[in-house]
This record gives sequence, structure tokens and C-alpha cells, in this order.
Amino acid sequence: MAQAQPLPTTPQADTGDLYLLPGETYTTISQKIGDVPLTPPLKTPRGWLLGFAVAFAMLMVFFVSVTWLFIRGVGIWGINIPVGWGMDIINFVWWIGIGHAGTLISAILLLLNQGWRNSINRFAEAMTLFAVACAGMYPILHLGRPWLFYWLIPYPNTHGMWPNFRSALDWDVFAISTYASVSLVFWLVGLIPDFATLRDRATNIWVKRAYGIAALGWRGSARHWHRYEMASLLLAGLSTPLVVSVHSIISLDFAISQVPGWQVTVFPPYFVAGAVFAGFAMVLLLMIPIRQFYGYQNYITLRHLDVMAKVMLATGMIVVYGYFMEVWASLYSGNTYEEYLLYNRINGPSAWAYYGLLFCNALAIQPLWFKRVRHNVPALLIISLLVSVGMWLERYVIIVISLQREFLPSSWDLYVPTIWDWSLYLGTFGLFFTLTFLFIRVLPMINIFEMRLFQYQENERRRRREHATHGDTGRDIVTGKADPSAASAD
Amino acid sequence: MQNRATPEIYGLMAEFRTPEALVAATHAAKHAGYSRMDAFTPFPIEEVIEEIAPGDTGVPRLVLIAGVIGALSGFALQYWGNIIDYPLNIGGRPLDITNWPSMIPITFEMGILLAAFTAAISMVVLNGLPQPYHPAFNVPRFERASQDAFFLCIEATDPLFDRSQTSQFLRTLGPLQVTEVAN
Repeated sequence: MAQAQPLPTTPQADTGDLYLLPGETYTTISQKIGDVPLTPPLKTPRGWLLGFAVAFAMLMVFFVSVTWLFIRGVGIWGINIPVGWGMDIINFVWWIGIGHAGTLISAILLLLNQGWRNSINRFAEAMTLFAVACAGMYPILHLGRPWLFYWLIPYPNTHGMWPNFRSALDWDVFAISTYASVSLVFWLVGLIPDFATLRDRATNIWVKRAYGIAALGWRGSARHWHRYEMASLLLAGLSTPLVVSVHSIISLDFAISQVPGWQVTVFPPYFVAGAVFAGFAMVLLLMIPIRQFYGYQNYITLRHLDVMAKVMLATGMIVVYGYFMEVWASLYSGNTYEEYLLYNRINGPSAWAYYGLLFCNALAIQPLWFKRVRHNVPALLIISLLVSVGMWLERYVIIVISLQREFLPSSWDLYVPTIWDWSLYLGTFGLFFTLTFLFIRVLPMINIFEMRLFQYQENERRRRREHATHGDTGRDIVTGKADPSAASAD
Repeated sequence: MQNRATPEIYGLMAEFRTPEALVAATHAAKHAGYSRMDAFTPFPIEEVIEEIAPGDTGVPRLVLIAGVIGALSGFALQYWGNIIDYPLNIGGRPLDITNWPSMIPITFEMGILLAAFTAAISMVVLNGLPQPYHPAFNVPRFERASQDAFFLCIEATDPLFDRSQTSQFLRTLGPLQVTEVAN
């Protein structure tokens, strides 16, 4: 058990009904997941280097875009009156929405005792952090004088002034900084026992020391586990209302204003559902290639893809309900401006975005009702990509179409993003993917101890089933071989 | 207390191959009257935790207190800033306590923020971490405790502890090895 065993190179046949394919033991789990970050620098996979190089080049685009923005100001973007919120806010809402799936997976599914989350939660949480980092850039860069962003934070100052706490924009400051901090803490707490595994598996003394410092001297004591589990549960319980509040508050940026199409009561729940919808699409988009590249099909099985697709379908249908409610609200309002908004969406100059969003978010997800589609990896990739585009278009429709034609026809104008709008968007992808590539290189991308726990729980379940059908055969459940030590211990 | 061990021994450590064996061993040790023991496992095992560390962890109480303090201070901050220290009429919103609904989001976020940090920090501090050195690390193969091995340690401070008797007792539980843990 203790010696290194040859790792199975070919994935097992996956029938789509298991969350953990057979043939795994505590040893193979620790080894297969733990050894990826411990790969010596010179043995870094070529694919990783290539991906990192592309991401890093895109990160440079980000720096160029931000530098030019700092030199020239927000005039380099396509925003102007009447559309003062353009791609900066579209992308802000889009990125932060993506992050929400991570918290849903790590917190809500933990509270609901869904063991299958164990193999995707670390990655999804990392995705949350990086997406929030990208999102957080936009409101700050949009300030005009980004270097004064700290004026948003209440502190005793020589101006003798305070931020306007009654503005939804300041609620955003608190919501997003709390969300980023709590997600980071939750993620780091989850990493402590895995740092200990890496410390104990590392052969290089410096690597061992680095992970050892991060592990804080974790030794797996039962007393420690007791507090650890309690703290994780509490963090999950705190993150759950937090994630709902964050996107609700973001929706209030719109909903408490007077702009037609923004002042809708369905916004908070519809935004939260949309966030989870977009987030699960992004998790699938990233997970599918990574499980292929690192050979993690045993841990992230077809069953995982299946349930993620189901969550995507369910939240997608909530979003579609939101679209119906928007139409209904404008027809029922008896308000000329609200009614005109609907006409403008389906018939105005940016109607393509509205039809595009209906196609991507309402129509393209319908095949997910069928198991055959949910088990078809390329189909899932395409649908997830369409959903990601669709959710971007949704924010475009909400923000741009409403602002282009507001109350005064004399000030109507079109919004055309400039090259710098697009380059900054591309640049945030660079930031996101650079961080993602660094993460999968130096940290275990699947939570190792939770996978071992899941294996244990699966063994228990299988043991109980076997007791019920055949009686105890005295065979090791995991390997199927005779296991004298387990038998003697019982 | 008549069988006090020599002080240079921290305890006796038995290694088990499966979590099931450790659960059985912990149960047996508890049954035999040992009280000062600890298990070292690569993942939390509920049955073992119940035997070794039953009861209150102290974390939830601290989290509740921190959450309430966070929320109250968040509310007080806004009340002071926008209503007492620098009242400013924005959009005709009332400049007194009737404006409380607009203070709820920040109050809530501040409560969550403080509670979450307290959950993480109190877990680490109450566990006595960071602790770079612990006698358990002296045990051969202890590096497997974070991977695939399951250890049970009966500490020398246990009133029933006796170097040879406890060692013999542990050997009856079917371990892979029993080791004396240097202090």
C-alpha cells in the first residue's frame, strides 16, 4: 500500500453512473493529484507551457490596455452620454457571475451534503477567486481616476467626508470585497490539509519546506479535524447567503435606478440564477479540457458532467423565466418608456443582441433535457460556450439597449465599443488564465483530502450493500483482493 | 498514576492500514479505559472524532459573537457617517433612522466578513497551529498520515499508560507497527 504503484494510464470505462470510478485507493488519489504540483520545473508538460505562454501574452495585452487607459482616461472607450456604462460594466457583471458557481459548488453543495462536489470544488473556488479579480478591475478602472479608488472605503480623512453608504455602488464595494475575502479564506482553509500531503510527498527539501510552512504543521489530528470540519461548515453556511447577497446587490445597481428595463423587481433572483448559470458553463468549459489533459477522468466522471449540465439547465430555465417576466413587466406597466423598451429590444438597432441571447440562453440549452446530450462531451463544450456568450449578451442587452434610448429621444445614441474596450476584455482573460495556469501548476487542483473522504464514504456504502447481498466476503472493497489486515482488524 | 512513563516518551503510536481498522482500534482503546489519545488520519473520520474529541469545538460561539459585532459595527459606521457626522441629502432620502433599509446590505456584509474570518482564524488558533514541531512527526512512516495511513497514539500522560502493557494492548488490535514516540 505504501509503495508507489504504477498508475493506470488508460481511463476506466465510464458508464456515467459513478462519481468515482473503481480502481482508486487512498494511495492513488494522493499520488495522482499530489504529484502534478510536485512535478520538477524541467518536467513541466509542454501543453502547460504553451497554454501559459498564450495566457501570459494576453496578460500583457491587459497591461498595455490599462496603461493607455491611465494615460488617456476613459475617453479611449466607446462610452459616452447616454451610454455611460458600456463594456466595463458588462464585463464586470459577466466575470463576477462566473465566480458564483464556485461558491455554489463549495458552499451550498457542502451544506446539502453532496459528496460529488469534492472533485470539482477546489477548481471551482479558484475560478471564483480569479473571476472576482478580473471583475474587480472594471469598476475601479471605470472610475476615471482609478488611483483614487480608496475614496470608496470609509476611513477618517482630511476631507472630513464619508462615502455615500446609501448608494448601491457603495454596497458593491462592500459586497465584492467581502466576497473576495471570504472566498479566499474558504479556499485557503481547504488547502491546509492538502499542503500537508504535498509537504509529505515532496522530495526536494526546498519544496518540502515551502509547502510545510503553508501547511502550518498540520498533522491530521482527530481534534484538529473536529474543529476543521466545524469551521468549514460555518464558512459554507456564511458563504451561502453571501453569494446570494452579492449578485442581488449587483442587480440593485440597476434595479434601484429609474432607467426603463432596469427597474424590475425580478432582477435580484434573476441575476443570481444567471450568475450560477454562467458559472457552471465556465466550470464545464474549463473542466472538460483539464480532465482530459491530466487524465482525471476517474475523479471527474461523466456523472459529474451530467449533474453540472442539469444545474445549468435548471438555472437556465430560471433565467428564461426572468426574460418572460421582463416582457410581461414592460407590457403590464402601462408606461410608455417601459413599453418602448420592449419594442426597442426586439426591433431596435441592437436587436441582434436580444435574439442572440434568446438563442444562446433559452434555445441552446434545451438539448440538455436528454441524457445522451449530457453524456456527450463535445456537445457540452459547445453548449457551455454558447451559454457563456449568451450571458455576456444578456448584460449587453440590459445595459446598452436600455441606455441607448432612454427618456429623451434627442439624446438617443448608439454605443460602439472601441478596440480598447475589446483589448481590455481580452486582457482580463489573460489575467484569468495566467492565474489559472499558475494555480494548476503549483496547487492540487482537486481537493485531495476530500477525495479520500469521498472514497471512504463510497467504500462504506459499497460495504453496506455487499453485507446486505452476499454477507462479508473478507475481501478488500477497494481492490477486490483478499485483505488480511482489514479482516483481522474487524 | 502509579505507572507513570519516563518523561522522554510522548506516547505509543500504532499504525493501521485501513480507516475501518482504526475505528475499531479507537473504540477498543476507549473501551479499555484510555482517555488521553489522539488519532492522525488523512481525512476526517466521523467515528474516530466522536470517540476522541467529542463535544464543543468552541468555534461556533466565537463566530456568532464576531458576526454580531461585525454587523453592529457596520450599521454604526453608516449611521455615524451618513446621518450624524456628515448628513447629505441625496435623492431626498431621509436623514434619520427611518433610512435603515438602505443600511442593511453593508450591515449584512460586515457581519459575514467578520464571522468568516473568525471561523478560519479561530480554527487555526484553537488547534494550536501553526506548530512546526510535534513529537508525532518523529514516528517512522508518519508522512503517510497525510496520504494513506491511519495512526492511533496513546499518550504517556494517560493515567493507564504503561510502556509495555499499553504496547501489548495496541499489538492486539492488529496494527502494522507499534512505535514509541520520542518527545
